[in-house]
Amino acid sequence: MAPWSISDQRIPQGRLALISYLSVVFVVLLLVGFWKLQVVQSGHFADLAERNRVRSIPIIAPRGAMLDREGRILVDSYPSSSILLLRDDPKSLQKSLPQIEEGLGISREDILQQLEAAKNEPKFQPVVIKPVASYADIAFVESHRADLPVLELMLVQRRRYPHGEMLANSIGYVGEVSPQDMDRSEGRYRPGDIVGKAGLEKRYNDVLEGTDGMRRVVVNSVGKLVRQLDDVEAIPGKPIQLTIDYDLQSVAETDMAEKEGSVVAMDARTGDILAVVSRPTFNPNDFAVRIPQEEWNKLNGDAETPLLNRAIQAQLAPGSVFKIVMATAMLETKAVPESMRAYCPGYATFYGRTFKCHVFGKGGHGDVDFHKAIVQSCDVYFYNVGKQLGIDRISFYANALGLGHRTGIDLPSEETGLVPSEEWAQRVYHRKWYAGETISVSVGQGAVTTTPIQLARMIAGVASGGTLVQPHFLKNFPNPRVDHFTISEDTVEKVTQGMYGVVNEGGTAAGARLQNIEFCGKSGSAQVIGYDVRNRLGRQKEFKDNAWFVGYAPRRNPEIVVAVLVQGGEHGGAVAGPIARDVVKAYYDKKNARLQQQAKNEVLDAPGAPRPLIATVGAQRP
Amino acid sequence: MKDRPRVQDFDWALLAIVAAITGIGVLEIYSSTHASAMAGIQWKQVMWIGLGIVGMLIIARIDYHTLMDQAPVLYLFGIATLLIVLAIGHSRFGAKRWVSLGGGPNFQVSELMKLIIIIVLARYFSEVRTDRLTLTDLVKVAILTIVPVALILKQPDLGTAMVLIPVAVVGAFLAGISWKHAAVGVVLIGLMIPLGWSMRHHLKPYQLQRIETFLHPEEDQRGAGYQILQSEIAVGSGGFWGKGFGKGSQNQLGFVPVRYSDFILAAMAEEMGFIGVCVVLLLYLGLILRLVDNAQKAKDKAGMFVVMGVTAILGFHVLVNASMVIGYMPVTGIPLPLMSYGGSATAFVFLALGLVMNVRMRRFVN
Repeated sequence: MAPWSISDQRIPQGRLALISYLSVVFVVLLLVGFWKLQVVQSGHFADLAERNRVRSIPIIAPRGAMLDREGRILVDSYPSSSILLLRDDPKSLQKSLPQIEEGLGISREDILQQLEAAKNEPKFQPVVIKPVASYADIAFVESHRADLPVLELMLVQRRRYPHGEMLANSIGYVGEVSPQDMDRSEGRYRPGDIVGKAGLEKRYNDVLEGTDGMRRVVVNSVGKLVRQLDDVEAIPGKPIQLTIDYDLQSVAETDMAEKEGSVVAMDARTGDILAVVSRPTFNPNDFAVRIPQEEWNKLNGDAETPLLNRAIQAQLAPGSVFKIVMATAMLETKAVPESMRAYCPGYATFYGRTFKCHVFGKGGHGDVDFHKAIVQSCDVYFYNVGKQLGIDRISFYANALGLGHRTGIDLPSEETGLVPSEEWAQRVYHRKWYAGETISVSVGQGAVTTTPIQLARMIAGVASGGTLVQPHFLKNFPNPRVDHFTISEDTVEKVTQGMYGVVNEGGTAAGARLQNIEFCGKSGSAQVIGYDVRNRLGRQKEFKDNAWFVGYAPRRNPEIVVAVLVQGGEHGGAVAGPIARDVVKAYYDKKNARLQQQAKNEVLDAPGAPRPLIATVGAQRP
Repeated sequence: MKDRPRVQDFDWALLAIVAAITGIGVLEIYSSTHASAMAGIQWKQVMWIGLGIVGMLIIARIDYHTLMDQAPVLYLFGIATLLIVLAIGHSRFGAKRWVSLGGGPNFQVSELMKLIIIIVLARYFSEVRTDRLTLTDLVKVAILTIVPVALILKQPDLGTAMVLIPVAVVGAFLAGISWKHAAVGVVLIGLMIPLGWSMRHHLKPYQLQRIETFLHPEEDQRGAGYQILQSEIAVGSGGFWGKGFGKGSQNQLGFVPVRYSDFILAAMAEEMGFIGVCVVLLLYLGLILRLVDNAQKAKDKAGMFVVMGVTAILGFHVLVNASMVIGYMPVTGIPLPLMSYGGSATAFVFLALGLVMNVRMRRFVN
């Protein structure tokens, strides 16, 4: 017998039993652990498991295009690729960073910054690290599918503005959604989503914007595609058709190319905006992706305010264009006799102060009646009219003709302009209205300011007998508002006769005359006053007068009205007038061509009309 | 009294439990791998089980007393083999655990060391004449255990190294450790933890990371904690009834790490649910209780120590592996015996069971 077997051979039954009990306890504890995971928290883990296997890659819905009134493309989108960085596996992400840095030419700081920005988003949502991928980038991602599974390509639709700066201030631009908008959207937007930021892009964002879809794929733990799930299709945004006429827009843009100011052309009957220019401007294509911060600062801080849409946001003294309000008020209130005459020596004195006429230093207008006062734009005549009307009557008519409040155009951030009154002086400055101020306001100076769109609407309103339409860009604009302010036939006739004379009777805009077209209008040369304007324009500008011209045709019940502002242009009739003339001419050239075509078609359609011989041998007329 | 041990005296109930567990294991290995590049490895596992059964039959025939007579030789052989592995062994998964058996399948020698330590410690404990272990006895046991533990740690294989310790602990408990010594032992182990921590620079980075992850899982949800998190997701998402055989997404898409081996319980829990886990864990409990029963019926203390050595290792494996799967313990690379895929580990269990049968067959033999 071996030496070790002579020892005590009693088996320690008690201790063995204890080990059995202990085993039971351990198994129970383990089962409790499994119970917690599999029964108590199973919902939570089922969620995590679902996320683990389904990877969602957004399918970006294309934004709707913008078309002009004849269906020509003003804004569209084009397909492009973005590069996504998948974040669900930080370990392989870290490992891949150097290769991504080199392959895509993105700095590490940039990538980390993007990741930081998205750190509160669910991990299975990828981050866009390169919004616009070049062909080389796409090739890089495709060829590194195996070793860089953290990269993914996403087809996106980029905004394209084929005409660059044309119409830029009104169209606006798109950009990445801001954190504030994201908060407000209640989960509709994710970081990196593109939304309209200004202009029509912003105003009609809900129409233009589609609903992004989702490509859902099942992937395994190394990101390899296992199976394709049902895609959630993207719903493209709807296109919008604008009232803009590309041909008229081109004419206006060309005329304004080197100038600072604005052109607004509107269908006086419907409120359709036919052309809008604001200069200086910007290229919205620069915003279509991510605008670099410095570029943005430059645009935003530019003293020439290229981001300002002057057509609806420039609040400037209307100058002599305001005389149309005065003339209307004078004839309508009858507070001033229609037959009033004034002698203009080039200046006049009121309340001990001398007020110059625009011809001061070159003699005077001499004996002036109502018609001549408009045609020659005699300040002295209207000083007297204003003095007799008083500020409150002037203010009432200015307001009634749409000044001092928004026109309701379908663009964000329209300005109101200002029509002063005694009440206004009291409310804003807590002071009395000075009678001398009324004299300045009578010729569109002083506190009165207007925007180009307001002036266009006002002139069209007067010429159409008091019908003020709501200007709009959208062709199918629902129920445009129409304000009726009855102006007597006699007043309309006399005032429009005056405006006819401005262009056609050797008036202040005689150079804007058009053959066979009743082109009428009113010019203005407004002094640039006010410290805010001075500061905004900066020191490099001499404070030359702003040139205004608001023209329309025909004389009564106009079809088209065009307001032109040339900042620092000095002479309304001579500088702004021809621009309005060009647009109106373009309008009639098109209209006449259309009528001729129609007439030709009618002749061909008429029964018994000689048919071209070719038709008899089987050719079909289009 | 019989004079000859017979195969009929095998513990057939125990083997039935083993068959059930291995069966579930093979099925789950199939489910985890059938759609991957490793498809078909369940047949390799079956082959290993077959080889294990043959080994079991062989080892059962050699009287365990004879084996214990050779304990010093076996021990020295084991230590020498471990040294050779350290010198020339194959590296796999960053650790030298494998030795090539002349072109045949590689064998993980540390598994062999488990068998040897069972026999060596069984002999040592059964030579103690009283039912009280002296301090000298304990120190000797500690040294006998620590040498192979240190060598296996050096491979490095923390899991297998740790597995040897319960053999000594359970053995000492059964041999009659005094409460005083037990308390001192616990304190010593308690002291080892800060010591080990100060030695952490000698650990492999992945080991360090695993410990860090275990201590602060929330700080590293997707990095080193990834494995544990994915395992928990698999287990938790399985729910009460499971997702169905072959339908666990965590398992099928490979989110569960080494789902056919160390984390096979997670894969099973996902597909078979809490119900499946209950079945498996109760089978293991049955296995342990049945082993203890065999120890209780052993003819002598030597036999009891052999059986309990096997019990200690298997029980420790199950406890640590199941805890790891549900995130109660760090990832140490300890497989689930009889279920996890792995040739050496499976073979070891059957050889160890051979020892148990060996003891059982001879309980009536003089």
